[in-house]
Amino acid sequence: MNAREQVERVWREESRRVLATLVRLLGDLELAEDALQAAFVAALEDWPRGGVPANPRAWLVSTGRHKALDALRRQQRLDGTLSTLAERLEHEPEVTHDDEIADDRLRLVFACCHPALAPEARLALTLREVCGLGTEEIARAFLTSAPTIAQRIVRAKARLREERVPFEPPSRAELPARLDAVLHVIYLVFNEGYSATSGAGVVRADLCSEAIRLGRLVAELLPEPEVQGLLALMLLHDSRREARTSSDGELVLLDDQDRSLWRRAQIVEGVKLVESAIATRRFGAYTLQAAIAAVHAEAATPAATDWAEIVALYELLLTLTPSPVVELNLAVALAMRDGPAAGLERLERLLARGELRDYPHAHAAHADLLRKLGRRDEARAAYERALALSKQEQERRFLAGRLRDL
Amino acid sequence: MKYLCLAYGDPKKMGALTKPEFEALVTQCKAFDAELRATGQLVEGKSLEWDVVTLRPGGPKPIVTDGPFADTKERVGGVIIIEARDLNDAIRVASLHPAARIGADLGWALEIRPYSPECHQ
Repeated sequence: MNAREQVERVWREESRRVLATLVRLLGDLELAEDALQAAFVAALEDWPRGGVPANPRAWLVSTGRHKALDALRRQQRLDGTLSTLAERLEHEPEVTHDDEIADDRLRLVFACCHPALAPEARLALTLREVCGLGTEEIARAFLTSAPTIAQRIVRAKARLREERVPFEPPSRAELPARLDAVLHVIYLVFNEGYSATSGAGVVRADLCSEAIRLGRLVAELLPEPEVQGLLALMLLHDSRREARTSSDGELVLLDDQDRSLWRRAQIVEGVKLVESAIATRRFGAYTLQAAIAAVHAEAATPAATDWAEIVALYELLLTLTPSPVVELNLAVALAMRDGPAAGLERLERLLARGELRDYPHAHAAHADLLRKLGRRDEARAAYERALALSKQEQERRFLAGRLRDL
Repeated sequence: MKYLCLAYGDPKKMGALTKPEFEALVTQCKAFDAELRATGQLVEGKSLEWDVVTLRPGGPKPIVTDGPFADTKERVGGVIIIEARDLNDAIRVASLHPAARIGADLGWALEIRPYSPECHQ
């Protein structure tokens, strides 16, 4: 590997850690980005001549810090003011320990998911600053234009600066609410990857992997039950990635999946995390959803699924986070435990409330239950309604197939 | 990835500057230019003359007109090319260019255009 390739490798592996540490040292995301970029430009010049340093990360942090100080001094020559930051940098010793670096990444995650930012801004900023995705990649993943994402990121950074958001992990008292925001961002990234709301692919594996990586990072540094629960939920869902789409790219429902394709190692890890989260008795909605996924994952065949357990978990989840979508899932589980008529009764009560009027999955589930009860005409009407509402290509083909089979 | 930046300005307003005003502007520009160069991400940066000739297809030979293609007060007065890791990085670097920092009353502005991916191969 030549020095240039080495620099590129170090960029991939270390740039997020170096950035996170520079953010702590400089207290400003933009200054830190300038410094990071300057450090890597310096590496491209120095490393081919002098060789790659023994500890590239430490070299980059130290170089970035010096570059930032240089920039601040140039600024001083321009307008005569030496910022307090420059004074501090000149006098502070530059020692950075590895455990501090881990904390630095967590600080950055918390800042990027700060409540002062709009949810979509948190998402874009986290993907770029913490995961290291480029503006163009983020735009592709969310099917928007790069300038839109770029502007969102620029504004989010300006907002962090205006609000003087400190790059510190939140205090104990703030932690639950701040952690919720972080977990929500990770969940959104995963969800967008797992059930893309639009576009050609059912699963965007890259986003799923990024979300799991983020989840692992937070779980490692902050082993709270709900962090474990969310990581477990993602691992368990993602374990079915290969089984979830057929060779020709079609969506395969849980019942029809080839369970030998499920990734065992991920299931084992996910189940262990769920158990550990539940044991704390401080778990929440993510852990419960993971527990439901675990029941499915542990069933060797669809028929062997413990539906009684799933119904009980959904009932608990519904008490904890009342939502029509959870209630829809409960109705489907009831149908599996007590027969389609029981599920239909619950589902029709739910549909009558109107909240799921435009939710295609509700109409698809309705159609399925009607079909199982032999009520073909009503089933057809419900499939047609679902088809009219669905925007996802594979899903639409699936629904059209069901309609043909009626 | 490479990004082309077009620096716009209003030739009329710039022509109306007095010599001291113009020199003050140049001094300010130099500082930003130095910052821009210090990033190491500047591939190329040049100022242009205001004179414009436009060629259009429309016969056996191109039709030649004097004047810009787009009929606006502002014209491209400088081009820079940046090497950046993504659009936000390009914005960060391009933000150091004088046209993005000063000269609002002279119609200055900077437009960033990503090179098409085929150009990167």
